[in-house]
Amino acid sequence: MVDSLVNLGWNRDVAFFVASLLGAVVLASFGLVWIIFAIWLERKLAGRIQDRIGPNRAGPYGLFQTFADLFKLITKEDITPAGADRHIYNIAPIMVVASIVLIFAVIPFSATWVGADLNIGVLYFIAVGSLATLAIMLAGWGSNNKYALLGAFRVIAALISYEVPMILSVAVPVLLAGTMSMQGIVHGQSIAYIFVAPVSAFIFFVSQLAEAGRSPFDLIEAESEIIAGYNIEYSGMKFGMFMASEFIHAFVISLLTVILFLGGWQFLGAGHPGSELFGFIVVMGKAMLVYFVVILIRSTTPRIRIDHMMAFNWKFLVPLALVNLIVVAFCARIFVPDYAAAQAVADGGGLGAFLAGMFGVGFIAELPRAALCLVANIGLWVVASRLLRQYSDQERDRVRQLIQERRDQRGQTAPAAAGR
Amino acid sequence: MNWLEWGFFGVLTILVIGGGLAVVLNRNLFHSALWLIVSLFGVAGLFVMLSAPFLAAVQVLVYIGAIVILIIFAIMLTRRMMGISEAPNSQWTLGLAAAALTFLVIAMTLVLASNGANPLIPREPLTQIGGESLRDLGVALVDLNQYVLPFLLASVLLEAAMVGAIVLARGEE
Amino acid sequence: MVPLTAYLIVAALLFCIGMYAVLARRNAIAILMGVELMLNAVNINLVAFWRFLTPSTTATGSGLQVGMAGQTFAIFVFVVAAAEAAVGLALILSVFRNRRTVIAENVDSLKL
Repeated sequence: MVDSLVNLGWNRDVAFFVASLLGAVVLASFGLVWIIFAIWLERKLAGRIQDRIGPNRAGPYGLFQTFADLFKLITKEDITPAGADRHIYNIAPIMVVASIVLIFAVIPFSATWVGADLNIGVLYFIAVGSLATLAIMLAGWGSNNKYALLGAFRVIAALISYEVPMILSVAVPVLLAGTMSMQGIVHGQSIAYIFVAPVSAFIFFVSQLAEAGRSPFDLIEAESEIIAGYNIEYSGMKFGMFMASEFIHAFVISLLTVILFLGGWQFLGAGHPGSELFGFIVVMGKAMLVYFVVILIRSTTPRIRIDHMMAFNWKFLVPLALVNLIVVAFCARIFVPDYAAAQAVADGGGLGAFLAGMFGVGFIAELPRAALCLVANIGLWVVASRLLRQYSDQERDRVRQLIQERRDQRGQTAPAAAGR
Repeated sequence: MNWLEWGFFGVLTILVIGGGLAVVLNRNLFHSALWLIVSLFGVAGLFVMLSAPFLAAVQVLVYIGAIVILIIFAIMLTRRMMGISEAPNSQWTLGLAAAALTFLVIAMTLVLASNGANPLIPREPLTQIGGESLRDLGVALVDLNQYVLPFLLASVLLEAAMVGAIVLARGEE
Repeated sequence: MVPLTAYLIVAALLFCIGMYAVLARRNAIAILMGVELMLNAVNINLVAFWRFLTPSTTATGSGLQVGMAGQTFAIFVFVVAAAEAAVGLALILSVFRNRRTVIAENVDSLKL
């Protein structure tokens, strides 16, 4: 594209700049347009799961419901509360959306379709994600409202905590692939990493759910308890931007899970040069599957309490992620993938040749390491879940005892009060 | 792409210096912290221009994502001081003079030293960088012949700071 | 490419701005922010010198490989900055709890 612009007689710098700008616009608007469809899908599915019909008035199957909502939000009055810190108040919703949309820049949609294949891709999306924390702080402060500030504190405490297990679990694919580039991680997944390190896939998914504020972790904007928290003062399209960023985030976490753990555009050897569109379809298909799981979790689980949320993070996810990282690092050192030997096995015919033809030579090379990691991970998971059950049984007993004591106390005081 | 690079450099310089000035001159401490973010963001941009993208990402993650958030928390926890419009202290003229003098000395030295002949201040970098500098950095941190000892010491320092901060901030039970 | 001198001058200016904040602000948190600015100026210098003088791993000096020295030192500065911010803010909080002030010159019980 740069070349064609230069052929038109443009300055090379200008052509480069314009081409980059256009690419960014296309990528960002893809995310924003896709979300219109995703919102409809989510509402429809959540409706079916909860035995409702879901949106069905605007357009066929309610397809245009999102447009109607959008129109409503735009035409609503845009209120800035008196005493608000005006600039901060206005910049916060923009930052929230930007922090999510910027992640699209490093997501590889196929072997060549990627905004920018940075060699620090993983670090980039974590860094950009941390801007959302900041934006929420701005929203909470700028509104000049005590509920908003309290809600913002709550969100930030949760987000910062859940960043720890998230980074620790992301380190596992980075370790296995030996690179931080997103494209490199996809290339490394001859065997999808969910089969190599299911525990870190689980930790990553859960902590991302918490980062996105999806149920069961949606207590950070619990409408019924802290009246929506940090975005209480926002109205019209600014509120709409908070909502939109939440929906986009839900889809982005599905995409990230697909790229890091489900093999990205790899599907039985797809993603070889010449099948870009197929790779794109594979990525989107897998992402929609994960998105479906997100919706399923959202519409079937109750909200958990903030202290439970923090305890679950610090007492379970963080230690588990740490141990898992050490275990995987250890296992990955024992079997280093040997491509020459794998090629020999593939050439030897029989089962080896069949596997190589089906999944590629890399599959055979990765197999010993993957098997060892998988066994170690399953063992780790068994131990961890047993510990968790033991702890929760203890906790339940403690609470039961506490309730019993309270009940006894009340039983003693009540007759005395009546006697007086 | 010379003018493009100068353009980016100019924008980033404005962010860094303007943000820094705003941090210093703003009476509202919360706004100061926000301007600090702008300034640090500019520094991250400079790192990208110097082909150190890893440091840029770490800058955003550690400084903006953690340190500034920490500072904002501290500001809010000591909030009684916030309403008071805070004037600079009595010796601010002295401080200004010292800062300006330091800058003048450094700038003069730089301008005099960088006549193009000085090998320590070249106009152009010696070599172009491939994509391997990230791997080299990782190796340098764990290579026995390079920085493995400082790296371990740094982690011990972080550990000590973490424990110390918790003990200090917890107060008496 | 933008010459090294330009980066160094920006860093010097940032350093002096931070220095002014440390010298002239009264609020301890503002002083801490000034320190952060100064550390960042140092980082710009380190990375700029790395880029212009030793951008390859093979560079050696006194028997050691010094190729990545600039970036490595910048990382150590990050570590120190994080530690400093954590401990410094904890100190400020604990002073605030005991003396109800965050103004640096009011904390003077060690003065004779």
